[in-house]
Amino acid sequence: MVPESYYLGLSATLFSIGVVGVIVRRNPLVMFMSIELMLNAANLALVAFGHRLGSPDGQVLVFFVMAVAAAEVAVGLAIIVTIFRLRRRLSVDDLNLMRW
Amino acid sequence: MTGEIVVPVVGLSALLPALVVVGAGGLVLLLDLLPPRASKAHLGTVALAGLVAALLVTVSRWGTDDRAFRDMVLLDNYALFFDVVICYAAALVVMLSMDYVGREGGESGEYYALVLFSTTGMLLLASAGDLIVVFLALELMSLSLYVLAGFFKTRLVSGEASMKYFLLGAFASSFLLYGIAMLYGATGSTNLDRIAGSPAARDGDPLYLVGLALLLVGFGFKISTVPFHMWAPDVYEGAPTSVTALIATGSKAAAFAALIRVLVVALRGLQPDWTALLWSLAVVTMTLGNLAALAQSNLKRMLAYSSIAHVGYMLVGLVAGGASGAGAVLFYLLAYTFTTIGAFGVLALCQRAGEEAVEVSEYAGLARRNPVLAATLALFLLSLIGIPPLAGFVAKFYLFGAAVRGGHVWLAVIAVLNSAVAAYYYLRVLVYMYMREPEAGGAGYVPSFAGGLALAIALIGVVALGVMPAPFADLAQGAVTPLLR
Repeated sequence: MVPESYYLGLSATLFSIGVVGVIVRRNPLVMFMSIELMLNAANLALVAFGHRLGSPDGQVLVFFVMAVAAAEVAVGLAIIVTIFRLRRRLSVDDLNLMRW
Repeated sequence: MTGEIVVPVVGLSALLPALVVVGAGGLVLLLDLLPPRASKAHLGTVALAGLVAALLVTVSRWGTDDRAFRDMVLLDNYALFFDVVICYAAALVVMLSMDYVGREGGESGEYYALVLFSTTGMLLLASAGDLIVVFLALELMSLSLYVLAGFFKTRLVSGEASMKYFLLGAFASSFLLYGIAMLYGATGSTNLDRIAGSPAARDGDPLYLVGLALLLVGFGFKISTVPFHMWAPDVYEGAPTSVTALIATGSKAAAFAALIRVLVVALRGLQPDWTALLWSLAVVTMTLGNLAALAQSNLKRMLAYSSIAHVGYMLVGLVAGGASGAGAVLFYLLAYTFTTIGAFGVLALCQRAGEEAVEVSEYAGLARRNPVLAATLALFLLSLIGIPPLAGFVAKFYLFGAAVRGGHVWLAVIAVLNSAVAAYYYLRVLVYMYMREPEAGGAGYVPSFAGGLALAIALIGVVALGVMPAPFADLAQGAVTPLLR
């Protein structure tokens, strides 16, 4: 039986990896994947808490988050494709038309 | 054996404003497929009708205290007040869009449908009584706005704005969600009232504090406080001007609605902690917003930084706390919405040589070419400075007064000094319009009946709020009482 605190530790680690990924990587797709990782870290925390508290709320919330994440993927990929059509290159360093 | 399905009784009346708007959104999508296919102007009218209907529903339900889905959705005076602000903002944005979007290329049914869907998210955000609803409504609002920001598909700036908004917005949402998970873990509930009543709220559970911090990061992105403001200038500049107006007013009002409810209801046990945090956030936000605005030559960008500064002022009211502080924030949001929509509206109706006119220099001598439009923009900018007798003055007066009464004299002093700095960059635009010689081919007014009407309504609002603020201030005070029980 794995103690619940391990799950929370794993969740915190995944979340941190996601944050670092968004900050360090320059490809929007990889940044987007890192954001998904952060969402899933939150899901893991919710399930672990729900298990500890013996309440189904946490698990139910995870379903909502999954649905939202799916919608986010649809919108996000559409935006990335639109940009790619105009530029033929994919890096956030190219998004420099506007600054200061 | 007869298997009977028991349908739970769901009171949909608490969702009525949102249902009207989402229904109008569906109708727009449906009508988009029917003839006439060439022009989409009639869809704007349908969207406008839906928003006006929602506005009427909202006004008619004033004073009710409706709850649905086990207190997940609340329709109290607080939510109704924000519903009015949001529907009003969305309706003006639709009116401004009718000619603007078609002229700039890419008018289609989806545009109006997306405006309505994001408005639905905003309405739900104001009514959220549960962190799950906060998250879902925030995402509904944001996802629609990400697409709207990139609506001019052939323009690089529009795509860039959309991408930046999307990546940073989604990043912020995951912080918010992690905060919700922490609060759930600490208190065992996602309901705002039950979070407030849980023992963790009194013991100062570390999970609870982490949850508060992560929530503030998530909301900080949405309302664009410094240091989470980086997206705002770029998105405001790159997005279609009508969408910028919606992002600057409706989405900000809705995020504030949820933030105030979460802080004042669910996290009231941590009030000393979040007051201290918001104190410094308010100072940094208004100072940096104003200083950065000084250096801008692009009007949309200048207004973006100015809106960051205005968020700083509103945080002052939250720090002041109590009924007078929260009421002052609500009144400020109302005045800010009237004024900002108007300012962006003027920009949406000005063109130079077939392109949008956004540089300050393009407005040189506008008073000579079009005195009415110049006077309109001047009034909106004067209201943003806070010159009596316009809405901005009264709103600032209430806000800073509440801060002084709450014992935050220094904060009020910093805020007043900031307002003085802000006067410089607003007045610069006035100087260009009134005292510079007109350039050849400067910005000119593009006739638009709906847009002109929207400007007139916003102008009446700005003047009315400034001349007789008392009834509106009473409404704002009445709206916060359900929170402070």
